[in-house]
Amino acid sequence: MRMSLSTGNALPVALLAGLALLPFAAAAADEPFFTAFFARVLIYAIAATALNVALGLGGLVSLGHALFLGLGMYSVALPAHFGIANGWIHVAACVASCGVVGILTGYVSLRTSGIAFIMITLAFAQMGYFLIVSLKQFGGDDGMAIPVASEFFGFSLGSPDSVYGVAFCLLVALTVWIARLRSAPFGMTLRAGRQNARRVASVGLSLSRYQLTAYVLSAILCGLAGMLLANLNAYASPSSMSWMVSGELIVMVVLGGMGSVFGPFLGTVAFLGIEEMLKAVTEHWMAVFGILILAVALLGKAGIAGLLARSGRSNSPARKGAKGPLLAESGVQP
Amino acid sequence: MTFSLLLAQLLNGLQYGVLLFLLAAGLTLVFGIMSFVNLAHGSLYMLGAYAAAVVTGATDSFALGVFAALATGTVVGMLLESAAVSRLYRRDHLDHVLATFGLVLFFNEMTRMIWGPQPLFVALPESLSGTIDIFGFSYPAYRFLIIAVGLAVAIGSSWLIHKARVGMLVRAGSVNPQMVGALGVNIRLLNAMLFALGAALAALAGAMAAPILSVQSGMGEPVLITTLVVIVIGGIGSVSGAFYAALIVGLTDTLGRTYLPLLMREFASRDVANAAGPALASMLVYLLMAVVLAVRPQGLFPAHKG
Amino acid sequence: MSALLQTENLTKRYGALVVTDDVSLTVEEGELHAIIGPNGAGKTTLINQLSGELAPNGGAVRFAGKNVTAAGIDRRARQGLLRSYQITSVFDEFTVRENATLAALGTQRHAFSFWTSLLNDQKALEAADEGIAAAGLAALADVHASDLGYGERRQLELAMALAARPRFLLLDEPMAGMSVQESAAVVALLQSLKRKYTILLVEHDMNAVFALADRISVLVYGKLLVSGTPDEIRNNAEVRAIYLGEEEVGHS
Repeated sequence: MRMSLSTGNALPVALLAGLALLPFAAAAADEPFFTAFFARVLIYAIAATALNVALGLGGLVSLGHALFLGLGMYSVALPAHFGIANGWIHVAACVASCGVVGILTGYVSLRTSGIAFIMITLAFAQMGYFLIVSLKQFGGDDGMAIPVASEFFGFSLGSPDSVYGVAFCLLVALTVWIARLRSAPFGMTLRAGRQNARRVASVGLSLSRYQLTAYVLSAILCGLAGMLLANLNAYASPSSMSWMVSGELIVMVVLGGMGSVFGPFLGTVAFLGIEEMLKAVTEHWMAVFGILILAVALLGKAGIAGLLARSGRSNSPARKGAKGPLLAESGVQP
Repeated sequence: MTFSLLLAQLLNGLQYGVLLFLLAAGLTLVFGIMSFVNLAHGSLYMLGAYAAAVVTGATDSFALGVFAALATGTVVGMLLESAAVSRLYRRDHLDHVLATFGLVLFFNEMTRMIWGPQPLFVALPESLSGTIDIFGFSYPAYRFLIIAVGLAVAIGSSWLIHKARVGMLVRAGSVNPQMVGALGVNIRLLNAMLFALGAALAALAGAMAAPILSVQSGMGEPVLITTLVVIVIGGIGSVSGAFYAALIVGLTDTLGRTYLPLLMREFASRDVANAAGPALASMLVYLLMAVVLAVRPQGLFPAHKG
Repeated sequence: MSALLQTENLTKRYGALVVTDDVSLTVEEGELHAIIGPNGAGKTTLINQLSGELAPNGGAVRFAGKNVTAAGIDRRARQGLLRSYQITSVFDEFTVRENATLAALGTQRHAFSFWTSLLNDQKALEAADEGIAAAGLAALADVHASDLGYGERRQLELAMALAARPRFLLLDEPMAGMSVQESAAVVALLQSLKRKYTILLVEHDMNAVFALADRISVLVYGKLLVSGTPDEIRNNAEVRAIYLGEEEVGHS
């Protein structure tokens, strides 16, 4: 494993270290807003990292991952609605629903590729969205409040601090795992499939099985992010599973750097940070943000991680074409 | 009573279907020929609706409103094509998704900035606001007009694609763009024209829908996604496929919403039916898409066959 | 010797066009069998049906005594039937060793392994390094495929096939686009692989084919014209007329 700390990795690691201390600083400064805001950042970073498994490693452009975020949220909201606070039941519901829906939608979607795959994942997510909207007894359009937070052996996710702690640990664990996964056989097969799907089959690997597994794994992890989000907001609403959220997740991954280890985290920090700053300047921040996203697309998508890796690489006498293992990855197949 | 309900729902489905076709025709060509994912197609629909609403409101002429929508769609389409889209044709689909997602956010916020969050309404002229009676059954005249316009566009596009020279180039271009380019056809101009035409049709759909829907920011996205379902079912790149699929989706959705809850009451308790009926109905077209894909991943009427 | 790969009345049609016409071909265990034929004879179409990338309209493919007609390319690869491509297709983002190790892993076991690095799989790594050495790339094992030269990429293509420890190698024009020196190196390499593996070689370079092959099959317009030793093929009147060209027929 080549996991040395290069200049490129120093920034994200320092950022993570800073985030570990943030709740204490926020408490000391009596600014609880920061804990809640950065808990949201961590949760979306988990979702983006989850999407990165399918999108970054596997090249599967899923425009429907908000569906799994939503399933995770309702895995907390629905049991809580009936007074069930046991977090393990919430986790079980989340894993089961995201797993089953992931297998079904993944199986159908993966029969296609390219444009059709994008559209189908989008349509499936929309199907889930309309299903929730039409269930009036569970709040429908308005969403539903979550009266009791998930509770694990007496540890409750009822406060922003506890959600923050769990989200932080999950994100760190996930990041370490992705670093391993990229060079493990599963990750290598996915990355190989993104480069040349036909060739993967001719070395004896049945790519679609690996892609489906990646899609389902990514769905379940995204669902866990949804569970945390539901606990943070004490609220679940269909708006957080709208296709706009799926689009935002893609932007976070691409902004940070597709397929890289820290990219989704960096992209999420940048995305939500810019959003927060623009909001402070203008009520119509979305118009500016839209143009920014367009510019990112037009300028190419090595992402923040790619820029960092490039700056890191220029400092070391690495051989031509050597790539930092934790950062930088090229695009999906056209 | 039940028969006239069925007839009304069939016509509603047809009307919804032709609106979907107006959106799908341009989008499927852009998908099929330029291999470009355009999520901002719904924004062109929205801009068309706003143009119609504003001009109709100012001039009291719905015809001028429709004309303004067509002009807006064409101009914005051409601007988009030359400023952003044409630079992205050779990139991968992810770039298309990102760029057009940014455009969707931009257009939605711009309309909110200019016209505010309140929806606009379009008043129909006297001549169109009445109903037409057939066999003792009355149906709004304006909805007949939508159906007529949609069918006219379908016939026109069929003529364009199968008879006109530009259509031959389009069909050839969808099979082998490099070859058409090598034969000296200006592919860039052809692409720009196609994109603008698709944009104009989307704006026309928006203008036609404006009097029966509320015109507001974000109205383009739900219909865009249904349009994507149409294109997937019809087969990407196939205009005739888009037509049949649009009618299938329009009818399935409309009839499903009316009859599925009724039907479910026959089998389940009223409470269950009331809860599950609308839920199932709203998922119906997506289920249809899933079934079509499971059986025929290339769609029902793929473009490049035969 | 016994037949390792066999086709029975293999047929592939595209509409009215018959691209593979009732081909019954036998490749014996341990031989180097070459397929030649003029352009458009359907050689690549035939290869694609043998490898499992293309389903025939009729007939059967047997490999090691088993009917594999319905098996896809990944299943055939796991049974030891490996191919290389005419247009080089390697994984550019990976190093030479990573490419070969993935190829070795693919035929050894599954890749559902989510933690330990691919390069820690000793068994796959061993097979990969053997393949790399046999293809003459040992010095470049840690170079990214995108940084290899054209000839080196073709060697990597071979190394990947060898890393899978194949029983049968399907080589689709391994010398296409190579310089004279590079071709000579590949001929020497194939000479060293001969007898260790059963090889089916499709190649335009006639000098190489006649120097290497135990037997040659001639494919014309999708039909198998004749199979025989290089001498038999050289002296076959039909082959001379159809394949070697009218000039020679005119001279004789």
